[in-house]
Amino acid sequence: MDRTMKASEDEDALVIRAVRATDVPQVIALDQRITGLAKAEYWKQAYERYGRTRPNERFFLVAVPASKKAGRRVLGFIIGEIRAWEFGSEPCGWVFALSVDPDARLLGVGEELFLAMSEKFKQAGMTKMRTMVARDNRLHSLFFRGEGMMAGPYIQLEKDLS
Amino acid sequence: MNLQIASRLAIFAVLELAANPERQLSVGEIGEKYGVSSHHLAKVMHVLGRAGLVRSVRGAGGGYQFVGNTRRTTLLDIIQLFENFGTRDDDGAPGANTSEGATLREVLGEIDDIARATLGSITIATLLSLVARQHRQPKPAEEPRELSKA
Repeated sequence: MDRTMKASEDEDALVIRAVRATDVPQVIALDQRITGLAKAEYWKQAYERYGRTRPNERFFLVAVPASKKAGRRVLGFIIGEIRAWEFGSEPCGWVFALSVDPDARLLGVGEELFLAMSEKFKQAGMTKMRTMVARDNRLHSLFFRGEGMMAGPYIQLEKDLS
Repeated sequence: MNLQIASRLAIFAVLELAANPERQLSVGEIGEKYGVSSHHLAKVMHVLGRAGLVRSVRGAGGGYQFVGNTRRTTLLDIIQLFENFGTRDDDGAPGANTSEGATLREVLGEIDDIARATLGSITIATLLSLVARQHRQPKPAEEPRELSKA
């Protein structure tokens, strides 16, 4: 079910809904604008995997303006899935992609996407949601902290293989 | 990890004032809650004022007011006003120039990096939300008092 925020006559009102095939070119363009990398194939595969299969445990949501006058521009998107027993962890919701159009920031788009994803995880019976953020990614760190996320019980480790 | 007393006091003072930016509080009122002297707190407030986080309001009912941005000011921003947090300088420490010293410095640096990232990701607004959450949490039931043993 779509999640509509604020009164629909409000031009800032948003609808958070499941991604559609017609949104994918906008998702690709938005990601390219933010990261500077064109990853069309990656996002097409992400759509097939997270937008079209296992709808009760994989969630690919987009934020669009509620007002038709504002067009159907994708203002942001979030992807998450339920992962079970990785490293002994009980099933929990994982958020692994979140992007908001730089022109639509500070309007609550990211927060609404985050809340909609939290709701999906809760409906699926999850009591925890997790994500991973680069230590130096201030924007994402501030956002997720602001949404109440705290350090979890795992530490990410890596090894240089060169 | 430990913070210097001035950093802790500054964080407490900012939280008190930022919780209600319209309100003015004197150093005495803030100091009373946290059990510190007005003298010590006054020095801290002076530094916070120079950093543009608080301003002093003169006159009757005067005191300090928060004038920063709660969504942009992080714990690290405040702490760095009072201490060189996470800048490890052990050049003169015994063994610093050995391989063992370098390895130890690398591990300790990893801890510093994590602490710095954590403090740099928590804004005053986030901290106020956490404080509110703490208030909402039910207090643990008081342990039954043990009768004095004979």
